Amino acid sequence: MHPVIKLVTQRIALGLLLLLAVSVVIFVGTEALPGDVASAILGQSATPEALANLRDSLGLNEPPLTRYLAWMGGLLTGDLGTALTNGQDIGQAIAQRMGNTLFLAVCAAAISVPLAILLGLVAARYAGRWPDKVISGITLSTISLPEFVAGYFVIYLLTQVFPVFQPVAMIFPGMTFWAKLHAVALPVIVLVLVVLAHMMRMTRAAILNVMQSAYIETAELKGLSPMAVIWRHALPNAVAPIISVVVINLAYLVVGVVVVEVVFSYNALGKYLVDHVAKRDLPVVQAVGMIFAAIYIGLNIVADVVSIVANPRLRHPK
Amino acid sequence: MKMPLSALLGLTFTALFFLAAIFADVIAPYPLDLAVGKVWEPPSATYWLGTDTIGRDILSRLIYGGQVTIFVATASSLLAFSLGAILGFTAATQGGLVDQLLSRLVDLMMAIPSLIIALVVLVVLPRSLITLILLMGLLDATRVFRLARAVAMDIAVMDYVEAARLRGERQSWIIFREILPNALSPLVAELGLRFIFAVLFISTLSFLGLGIQPPLADWGGMVQENKDGLIYGKAAALMPALAIAVLAISVNLVADWVLSRTTSLKGGRGG
Amino acid sequence: MDKPLLEIRNLKIEATAYPPGEPPRHVVLVEDVSVSVQKGRVLGLIGESGAGKSTIGLAAMAFGRGGVRLTGGQILLNGRDIRGADVGTLRALRGREVTYVAQSAAAAFNPAKRLMEQVIETTLLHKVMGRTEAEARAVQLFHKLGLPNPETFGQRFPHQVSGGQLQRAMTAMALCPKPELVVFDEPTTALDVTTQIEVLAAIKEAIHDTGVAALYITHDLAVVAQVADDILVLRGGRKIEYGTTDQIINAPQEAYTRALVSVRSIDHVEKPEAPPILSVAGVTARYRGTSFDVLKNVTVDLAPGQTLAVVGESGSGKSTLARVITGLLPATQGRISFAGRVLPPDLASRTRDDLRELQMIYQMADTAMNPRQTVGTIIGRPLEFYFGLKGEARRDRVQDLLDQIEMGKGYIDRYPAELSGGQKQRVCIARALAAKPKLIICDEVTSALDPLVADGILKLLLNLQAQEGVAYLFITHDLATVRAIADRIAVMYRGSVVRYGSKTDVLTPPFDDYTDLLLSSVPEMKLGWLEGVLASRRMESAGN
Repeated sequence: MHPVIKLVTQRIALGLLLLLAVSVVIFVGTEALPGDVASAILGQSATPEALANLRDSLGLNEPPLTRYLAWMGGLLTGDLGTALTNGQDIGQAIAQRMGNTLFLAVCAAAISVPLAILLGLVAARYAGRWPDKVISGITLSTISLPEFVAGYFVIYLLTQVFPVFQPVAMIFPGMTFWAKLHAVALPVIVLVLVVLAHMMRMTRAAILNVMQSAYIETAELKGLSPMAVIWRHALPNAVAPIISVVVINLAYLVVGVVVVEVVFSYNALGKYLVDHVAKRDLPVVQAVGMIFAAIYIGLNIVADVVSIVANPRLRHPK
Repeated sequence: MKMPLSALLGLTFTALFFLAAIFADVIAPYPLDLAVGKVWEPPSATYWLGTDTIGRDILSRLIYGGQVTIFVATASSLLAFSLGAILGFTAATQGGLVDQLLSRLVDLMMAIPSLIIALVVLVVLPRSLITLILLMGLLDATRVFRLARAVAMDIAVMDYVEAARLRGERQSWIIFREILPNALSPLVAELGLRFIFAVLFISTLSFLGLGIQPPLADWGGMVQENKDGLIYGKAAALMPALAIAVLAISVNLVADWVLSRTTSLKGGRGG
Repeated sequence: MDKPLLEIRNLKIEATAYPPGEPPRHVVLVEDVSVSVQKGRVLGLIGESGAGKSTIGLAAMAFGRGGVRLTGGQILLNGRDIRGADVGTLRALRGREVTYVAQSAAAAFNPAKRLMEQVIETTLLHKVMGRTEAEARAVQLFHKLGLPNPETFGQRFPHQVSGGQLQRAMTAMALCPKPELVVFDEPTTALDVTTQIEVLAAIKEAIHDTGVAALYITHDLAVVAQVADDILVLRGGRKIEYGTTDQIINAPQEAYTRALVSVRSIDHVEKPEAPPILSVAGVTARYRGTSFDVLKNVTVDLAPGQTLAVVGESGSGKSTLARVITGLLPATQGRISFAGRVLPPDLASRTRDDLRELQMIYQMADTAMNPRQTVGTIIGRPLEFYFGLKGEARRDRVQDLLDQIEMGKGYIDRYPAELSGGQKQRVCIARALAAKPKLIICDEVTSALDPLVADGILKLLLNLQAQEGVAYLFITHDLATVRAIADRIAVMYRGSVVRYGSKTDVLTPPFDDYTDLLLSSVPEMKLGWLEGVLASRRMESAGN
């Protein structure tokens, strides 16, 4: 078998194995923790009957393996059970919110990826000089901000100081695309700010790493113009690291989305998750947590596969 | 060697924050939980940073809140650091099965975003200070583990470590006398980064209502309490947000400086 | 006489160094160097590390690496001064009139592109000829340089060919656009000695056939003597001596040049055979998780107070032998006897005396000393560990050892970073001596050092052997070093000892094929050596 296909298959198999392990952690881990799930949910003042009822409805009286298999089976067939707090079907609730989350994430990615690569290129081109220092200084500050802090600074700035936007992001079915876009502008700006800094710094490092290679000096000594050096010699080698930087940062976005949705009361998956953690609604949290973990792992697999496929040593073996 | 201005500023601010946290009782002008003024008063000579959503003095709450935030962050980052460093060094110097087991476990933990793990766990566990410190310490230990293991691996293959082994030195000499002194600077810089991470993480959890619970106050929770004021143009929520940002940036500047010193010590001729 | 192709007048090159965390420092790399190259002639630039030879080589293309600036003098190429010429002019001449061959071709080729694309890139860029013609010329050059399958060689990627082949491909790349001057920057230094001679011959022939002029930069005077018409000897960025190759090799004027020419001519008379202190019998070893033996049935002996040189190229297993003897890599078969007892194969089972009596010195003194320990601690630790010496007694003994390695006072409280390369290696020797060993394994201890410094270390080792009666197992790839120090020699090739015996026996014909190849590949400090070797090899292969 071609080594690239072999490695990619291996990597994907490993990813699936990891996903399985993660599902065990999320399901069993929560139940193996000290303390009883039912009493944690109901609080210390719960009556014994209420506890017994809850245990029964959670299926806590079944053996753990049976419960895990049932849960996994449900996950795979799309039957995620019902929420403890309101008896709603979890699968439906997730389906309604998934689109909103994806819309937000895709908008943020569409802006931050090209911008980060551009700024990374500029910073690398002028490494150590003032454009680099300015960009690096600003990104160092944004890296130090948690998403919600960045969120409120942006809200204050763009709704109070310069009132351009609404502080709450609401999307309804039936809104036009442009109306939706305007509605998510603020959360998108915040997400872009947060992801941009990481992505740009890593892009800069990836390009600088390539630019320090001896073959770049060879190209300069061949009399190539700086643009030709970058285009013909640096870029073919920098594409792989840049793509994997981008994908890894999209994984960061997964976490960012959760917090930003809460900041803007944006009715989507992340807010759904946080609300139900507060209500100690275990089945909901397990299901949504698993979805976020799966997306995160999936993106990381993509990053690895890209760097395998882009490696000339693997593509053209000896 | 001269300290650059950025590091000096960072160090000064970090020190100020820690001093304010330690001497909170002495310097806070008002008690933590007493409504002394009207709701959301702007900054004035009486209330330097204004008052909050129920009329408490923001500066006082910021000082007390800093105490909680900094305490939790310090405790959890120290836990993460010692646990991660010890296990990382052990994995690197022992190798074999110990290394395999620890490394795979860490891979697994790092395969899920920390926030998601924390949220899942906090469904079940009581939201006490102890839980939060242990949880954050464990989650963050994975990153320290990776760094400590990598640094120790780099040093362990050096000829001087081999020379010590050939001399017949014991494992403890090799770890503490040969490896540790050379691994210290990157690890100290890492301690700074872990501290920042802990500040941001605990603030985020509190902001989500899942971290520090009343009557204790912390900065993330203060943002949460006062966020509705922003819509009416009240900047109260920005004060704790600013505190988080300034502390994080200050520590970052110090860590950056420590890291740049490391590289200068590694190569080239001194003297 | 024609106008020279390249004429450098009073060149001054400066740089600003930015040590991290310290204020920038201004350094003068090259000062007042004047030299000229006629069309079709080869000028050798020779010197130790830091002599400024590469810097001058790149200056011929008006190129400064990193923050290097050409601050004074003239660089006349075909009569026009290219120092400070505008970017367009420089781009037009780089890769067209002057081309460059780097030391590490493996790093200098772009890993993502096929060789042919890179070899003809400048030829197309500067519109010297069309693509078809350029490819034909490249194939022709591949052929001339002795590359395998010249027709299809260009279709490969850099990682698909060997280091020696890449170095030739880089020469083809430099010659393809028909330049007037090629700068060769240590083109054979990274190669094994048997590969070096082939590449050297290929380069020399290519230079001769194309009639191109060249700057040939190297630290090895014996190598440059084979290809250069003239030689410029540099030290610390200044000219030491400048003359024809014949004059520099056969009648050097300056003391420094004379030292370079006579380097490694230490006269060492081998000691008579004696009962061994170390006896390696039938040792076979492999690395964990691999399926082939890196050492195959190795048997060698070493007598007290004598030196066994283990010679071989990279991959021969010579360093593995050291790891097996020290117990770092337990042998899978065979037995190692030392000082009358059989050593347990693995380190953990050996006694403290086993460890003490068998010391090791490494190739890179830099990484062999803990940068956070002072010289006093580094040498003092074995004294404390093995003999329980403490305080003043320990300090006195450390000073004794420092005197013994001719370093004297004032070093005991210094850190390794404050020592020169030779001093570092001396401290490592003192650390080994501190244990009062019976055997010291020296693993390529002089390979990372400049020739004169290496000579000093060899002389010191010989003196110490005479004083202390310690035996050396001396691992090296350098046959000149072997001649200078060995009593017995083992030649290793692909994990086996192919020739073994007293120095005289091993170095006297008749040879086995490999030893013959190895010995005849070592450059000698005389003119016409390369031609002589090649001629005799051709005769041999014709005879077979």
